[in-house]
Amino acid sequence: MSVELLINAIIAGLLLGGFYAAVTVGVSISFGILDIVNIAHPAFIILGSYIAYIVNQTFGVDPILTAILVLPAFYALGAAVYQVYYTSFEKRGQDALRGLAFFFGLLFVTEVMLILVFGVDYRYVQAAYIEYTWHIGFMDLPFRMVIPCVMSLLMVGLLQLYLSRTFTGRAIMAVSQDQLALQLMAADPIKIKRIAFAISIATASVAGALLIIIQPVEPSVGREYIGRVFAICVLGGLQSLPGTVIAAMLLGIVESITATFYGPSWAPAVSFSFLLLTLAFRPAGLLGR
Amino acid sequence: MAEPLLHVDNLGKRFGGFVALDGINLSVQPGERVGLIGPNGSGKSTLVNCMCGTLHNETGSVRFDGHIVDGLAANQRTHRGMARSFQLPRPFHTLSVTENLRIPLLFTAHSRSGRHLTREEAESRCHELAGLVGLAAKASKLPRDLTQVEMRKLELARAMAADPKLLIADEAMAGLSQSEVTDIVDLLIKLNERGVTIILIEHIMRAVMSFSQRLVVLVSGKKIADGVPDQVVNTREVIGAYLGE
Amino acid sequence: MRAFLFYLFSILVGGLFFIFARWLGNDYLFFAGYTVLQFIVLATAWNILGGYCGYVNFGSAAFFAVGAYSSVALHKLGANVDRYFPESLAGLAKAILPLNIPTLIIIGGIMSGLVGLGTGYLTLRLRGAFFAIATLALAVVLQTLIVNWDFVGGSRGAYIIRPADVPIIGSYIQYLFLIMLVLSVIALATARIIEQSRLGYGFATIRDDEIAAEACGVPTLRLKLIATTISGALMGMAGAPFPYYIGYLEPSSAFGLAYAVNSIAMPMIGGTTSWVGPLVGALLLGTLQQVATVTISSAVNLLIVGLLLVGFVIVAPKGIIGLVQDFMRERASDQGQPTWRSRLAIFANMRPGAR
Repeated sequence: MSVELLINAIIAGLLLGGFYAAVTVGVSISFGILDIVNIAHPAFIILGSYIAYIVNQTFGVDPILTAILVLPAFYALGAAVYQVYYTSFEKRGQDALRGLAFFFGLLFVTEVMLILVFGVDYRYVQAAYIEYTWHIGFMDLPFRMVIPCVMSLLMVGLLQLYLSRTFTGRAIMAVSQDQLALQLMAADPIKIKRIAFAISIATASVAGALLIIIQPVEPSVGREYIGRVFAICVLGGLQSLPGTVIAAMLLGIVESITATFYGPSWAPAVSFSFLLLTLAFRPAGLLGR
Repeated sequence: MAEPLLHVDNLGKRFGGFVALDGINLSVQPGERVGLIGPNGSGKSTLVNCMCGTLHNETGSVRFDGHIVDGLAANQRTHRGMARSFQLPRPFHTLSVTENLRIPLLFTAHSRSGRHLTREEAESRCHELAGLVGLAAKASKLPRDLTQVEMRKLELARAMAADPKLLIADEAMAGLSQSEVTDIVDLLIKLNERGVTIILIEHIMRAVMSFSQRLVVLVSGKKIADGVPDQVVNTREVIGAYLGE
Repeated sequence: MRAFLFYLFSILVGGLFFIFARWLGNDYLFFAGYTVLQFIVLATAWNILGGYCGYVNFGSAAFFAVGAYSSVALHKLGANVDRYFPESLAGLAKAILPLNIPTLIIIGGIMSGLVGLGTGYLTLRLRGAFFAIATLALAVVLQTLIVNWDFVGGSRGAYIIRPADVPIIGSYIQYLFLIMLVLSVIALATARIIEQSRLGYGFATIRDDEIAAEACGVPTLRLKLIATTISGALMGMAGAPFPYYIGYLEPSSAFGLAYAVNSIAMPMIGGTTSWVGPLVGALLLGTLQQVATVTISSAVNLLIVGLLLVGFVIVAPKGIIGLVQDFMRERASDQGQPTWRSRLAIFANMRPGAR
């Protein structure tokens, strides 16, 4: 077991983990703050990947740029989905069963439609920096991982600022704790929740673009991410964005080391086992609540 | 003095940084009628939740019927003889009124009495309970067809259905008319005469004063008074807590 | 009396279909029928945990696959006795193996039941949402384990050769069909018995308000574990004959997404409050899918199922039997006398608000 291999595996894991934070932050908002189990989140991410792919194929536009341009559309989509969810389930006080089935249906329908339109072949994007790798001594930092990691941390950082500094942001944090107080502050809790959910789906647009930079994408890739996303979310302590980043990096490192030394076919099991173990033994997350 | 039926010893409960209960000590003798009052948010329902096992207290302990019950789940405490109604009614919304009442019979009462009730016995007991709280006419209705007040009565009846040694009634009388309040107080007193220890949590002072043999006052998570009702309501701290100083 | 009628009715219907299919002389009906019956078992099994208790299981495929792979593992053991057993046990092993299908079903059921119990024990203390996510995780973990387990073929898959002599009937697929028919009746009967028992009441309270249930003395954790175990076991039993049905089993088909979505969609579309719902959902959707697979494509038919699921969950949350119930309640209140409709409703336990 060479040390250089180990260190590179850790570096790859850190970079991967940084990216995982982008993928998870949307669920930190929808599940951690709004208490909505949106298991369809990975489907929106894959949707973002495919949109980045089409635009990249047709116009040669950089995927990240595409994602930013498409942000408003994803925001609107998120608002629409929340509206349907709210009128059909939350308002009626339906048991959680139906909400879960709804999102599962969305996940499923999205995946099948992507299969029908694009087929099951892997798709990837072209960009100037993807092939380039930065070598420092024996350490390899592939740009196709560095750029997404950096963008991801940037996005999470911006979100953290938004949630802690702006009025709407703080209202979002408050809505999870005390709806009544929020109403007394003359803010409409439903509107706040809708904004929050829309933001969570908007992050999926960016996460999708980052994903397709890191790896080729096909419709069922989304399902692999469900376990990762919820494992990181729970481990990171649900509402805490910094916790999410730490948990994401941890998972990234464990996955990377497993893939390097035991082979990539075990990789999916890592995140899901993580999840099972976390749920069984430390559901309050690493940082505890 | 005889062994208390319920003994709460230095109970503490926090929610994050917020201290909901701070070092609560409470003893209830078998057969007592205790009233528990306090301003909104003083921790009364949290105390009930900790006693009954719905929430876990961080510090202190709860002894019931001679045993420490801290590690026990809520359903196990109910089996030991604790029953409670919820401040905000929590009926089983796909079950009718009588079916709601049947649940404690099926899962608690028969196990405590040691024998299974036959179908007819269970049916008649459910109807009897429904009648006691004035819900006989709505016996086969679903909770969504009940008014708020009727749902509170169902809550109380359901707690009674568990055939408890200790009944904790959490704001069972909110919204009731004058005569309804009198009826429920009478009902509870009769229940007490049959041997059921009762803790009554209420805001309706008339009911609390006429019912309680002992009055406990909770303010901001601390017990500030515990004694004969007439004396307690006249202490400075209690008046101050309600009127502000 | 009512129970007797139920069993008689189901045997009659199943028997009639069987005779009809044999008369037609076309094996296709048996293949299609087997799939639909399999879905009846899966949907009913899912509903015991999902519809009755309110805990969503996204990993039905995992339990199904555990049953299927138990059969594969035992088949491999039987085919290679000398390689896997020491001399002393080889004789005994040769006498027992290969096991017949009913025995495999029982073993598959036990294995899946244990998996259900284990998963439940790890996660049922938490909220329903966490349990649902954990079942997703379970499916992926199990699939990864199987893919990496060469004994059962790993990702290359395993061939199952059907035994030459067929008990009872002449054709093997007809034998499998009959077995699955019996299994469906068992599943439906289990659901029905649960519904009418104290256990069923307990499940309903867990679904309606778990905290209030605890306060009433309902042992919620124990009941949830029972539900998970029964549900998992039934799914494993449905999976046990599958390798013999399909001949060649590889992980992506055993763990296929079709199982996860169908076992959720069928009860939710049919209706989750009684055993009739999953039956109706499985019959309708199962037949629809058989038709669509042949006429359109299998991807499109899954899309239709997904869209129907989303549609029903939003528009008709009580499912088909809920719609029928509302219809009957309106009609019954018009006259106040028992009609054939209200009698039919009573037979199928669809009387609103009473058991």
